[in-house]
Amino acid sequence: MADTTTTPVVLGSAQGSWFARVGWRHLVAIAAVLFSLFPIVFVVSAAFNPLGTLSSTSLVPTRLSTENFSNLLTRTEFRSWFLNSVVIAVVSAFAAVFLSALAAYAFSRYRFKGRRPGLMFLLLVQMFPQFLAIVTIYIMFTTITELYPRIGFNTYWGLILLYMGGALGANTWLMKGFFDTIPKDLDESAKVDGATHTQVFFGVILPLVTPILAVTGLLSFIQTINEFLMANVFLTAQDAKTLAVGLFGLVQGDRANTNFGMFAAGTLLTAIPTVVLFYTLQRYIVGGLTAGAVKG
Amino acid sequence: MPDRPTTPATPERRKPVLQREGWGITGTNPLALLAKIIGLGLVLAIAVALAGPLLADGRWVLFGVLVASTLLVLAVYVQPYRIPPKYLLPGLAFLLVFQVVPVLLTITTAFTNFGDGHRGPKEDAIVSIESSSVQRTADSIDYVLTVAAKGPTPDGKLVFLLTDPATRQVQIGTADGLTPAPDAQVGTTGKVTELPGYTVLDIGQASARAKDIENLSVPTARGAIRASGVSRAYEGSKTRSYAPQCDCITDKATGQTWTADPKTGYFVSSTGDRLPQGWRVNVGLGNFQRLFADPVLGKHFTGMIIWNFVFALAVVFGTFAVGLLIALALNNPLVRGLKFYRVLIVLPYAMPSFAMLLVWRDMFNQDFGLVNQLLGTDLNWFGDATLAKLAVITIQFWLGYPYMFLVTTGALQSIPSDLTEAAAVDGASRWLAFRTVTLPLLLVSTAPLLIASFSFNFNNYNAIGLTTEGGPFPPDSPTAGGTDLLISYTYRLAFGAGGAQYGFAAAVSLVIFLIVATVSVIGFRRTAVLEEIN
Repeated sequence: MADTTTTPVVLGSAQGSWFARVGWRHLVAIAAVLFSLFPIVFVVSAAFNPLGTLSSTSLVPTRLSTENFSNLLTRTEFRSWFLNSVVIAVVSAFAAVFLSALAAYAFSRYRFKGRRPGLMFLLLVQMFPQFLAIVTIYIMFTTITELYPRIGFNTYWGLILLYMGGALGANTWLMKGFFDTIPKDLDESAKVDGATHTQVFFGVILPLVTPILAVTGLLSFIQTINEFLMANVFLTAQDAKTLAVGLFGLVQGDRANTNFGMFAAGTLLTAIPTVVLFYTLQRYIVGGLTAGAVKG
Repeated sequence: MPDRPTTPATPERRKPVLQREGWGITGTNPLALLAKIIGLGLVLAIAVALAGPLLADGRWVLFGVLVASTLLVLAVYVQPYRIPPKYLLPGLAFLLVFQVVPVLLTITTAFTNFGDGHRGPKEDAIVSIESSSVQRTADSIDYVLTVAAKGPTPDGKLVFLLTDPATRQVQIGTADGLTPAPDAQVGTTGKVTELPGYTVLDIGQASARAKDIENLSVPTARGAIRASGVSRAYEGSKTRSYAPQCDCITDKATGQTWTADPKTGYFVSSTGDRLPQGWRVNVGLGNFQRLFADPVLGKHFTGMIIWNFVFALAVVFGTFAVGLLIALALNNPLVRGLKFYRVLIVLPYAMPSFAMLLVWRDMFNQDFGLVNQLLGTDLNWFGDATLAKLAVITIQFWLGYPYMFLVTTGALQSIPSDLTEAAAVDGASRWLAFRTVTLPLLLVSTAPLLIASFSFNFNNYNAIGLTTEGGPFPPDSPTAGGTDLLISYTYRLAFGAGGAQYGFAAAVSLVIFLIVATVSVIGFRRTAVLEEIN
């Protein structure tokens, strides 16, 4: 932007050449689009490449075939992985949203002893990521698996419970900031009309904070779908794996080349739920993130 | 909190409201009361279900914790006066059990030598040494062995079901000893076909757990029972035994002794040989000394910390700068196809990142990778430390900049245009207006996200674990690789092929936490300063 330093900003007026006003913007945008897209185009090309290997894949596909998709669905446990991932991510997202909304309501609407330390504590705990304690968690779940196999390793519930442990940290802060923007008079007047605190929470507050619920839900969903480290330790049985663990296994070690087509097909299928959800809820994201961020 | 409409919560005002909140009985809503009863009933039902196995296993401490926490839950929801705990409890309970407790245990582990060879207390080490010295003798008793797993799945805890060939009585053998199993169904060969509460493994399942079978030895009065294959077991006598007088292990056959060393948690012979089975001892700051003072590891560890900072900062500022540039470029209604551009630019953020990391890994493949194809080069990207670092930063940049683009777009749109217009009226150049008006305002709303992004990328395991896996590894340091972040290094220490070093891994975790916490606290302080500017 060195060449624009001497041009005064006069908004709305048409000064300078077309390039200085609009043209460069298109150039930047086109460069960004190309950079964003080329790996994705490569994945599409690999997914429809009939040979299915990495070495035979080029940026632009030469021949199209759906063989990789049918191989993926018949030769691997992809269906179970997909189902596992979606179930775990949906349940975790709903649980995370609900738990943090409850906590955010208390922090935003009530003044009580330990409120500030509580908020600080959440911030601090969040800085010690859960997976740093993975060794202890592993040992803990070894015991849980012995006592209660239904919520132990290789089950939905074990992983979901674990993810719920990490639900409060960042989400609560984000939500509390948003809750604070809802005028308190609303719940006061509802209470005067005889509403209980439960009715205020479910009937007054929750409908007004839908955008932030959508954002935290979406972020939590995306995070869970992409979580690899703990899932890899927890899920070792083929049919219990999530997409991240299962697809990683497909291209591990010397299988990277031969299975690449199947892997790319799997990537595209995995992208469907996240991309759809992302573009449906996108309009909430920016507002939700920054609104929550600046409030103390 | 100046942005909140403040209603003074005086005691006089609050009291009548609280009384009405009461039990929910004084209210007019029987549905709410019903919901409460059902909810508390569920809590009780879950508590009872959890209690069963605890009682059966004799885990009294855990049972006590369960009873106490159930009572606490009931108390919180039945009492009518304190509202906040009712809303905080669910989240806090999970946070406590699955994060705070593990974190605290991790911190205590950091000061021990816990890991392979040092798993349990000294008594366990002695039992393990004695029973692994068991040898078959002429008078050994043979059993018919059935391998089984505790619980409904074949990957539960491994046990031996031992049938005495003479009496056809079945006993369950575990590392704790023998218990009779009168309910076992025995087939014609003497093999157990069914036992309630256990899953009998078939040959395939058993051979998958061959290592567990080989390692399990059931202590008995004479020595121990060990498997020989998957269908036979024998009770042999031990050749090594522990004597408390000398606090040592003696081998009957050779007469050699190993004396306990409480500092290292090993039995050591006079010549300095150690027995492989040790026990868990407190090593104080030993793990941290090893990290910083060990000549080889210390050098690599400092380098790793520096690289960890470089990676996180490069990614955060790189993605922020480029995201902001694009946001500025597109923050103008005169640009046609704005929406179209935005949708496409943001796509990397919506794609599943774990899969795209693996795709990028393969795009950097030397022989068939797209990057070498497009650049016309033949570089071994992951074989050279500098190139590998460049590659992982590029990959994470690609994944991260759409997010920054989104965030800065939103922040730019929320900056009132009269501010920049006022700057222009005062004769400020575009650059000056951006630097003095737009950027500070932008930073106020995005700084917390930048800090969050830093702490995320500082511990971005996936960015390394799914691409270079920490490599390339220098010849003098097979465990700390050229692109290793502290977190990927920790993971390898704990779960890598070189044997589990949990205590050491926990020490590294603690270092990570201290770094991230310090940086974040400084960051948030600076943000607070920024906010005051407004």
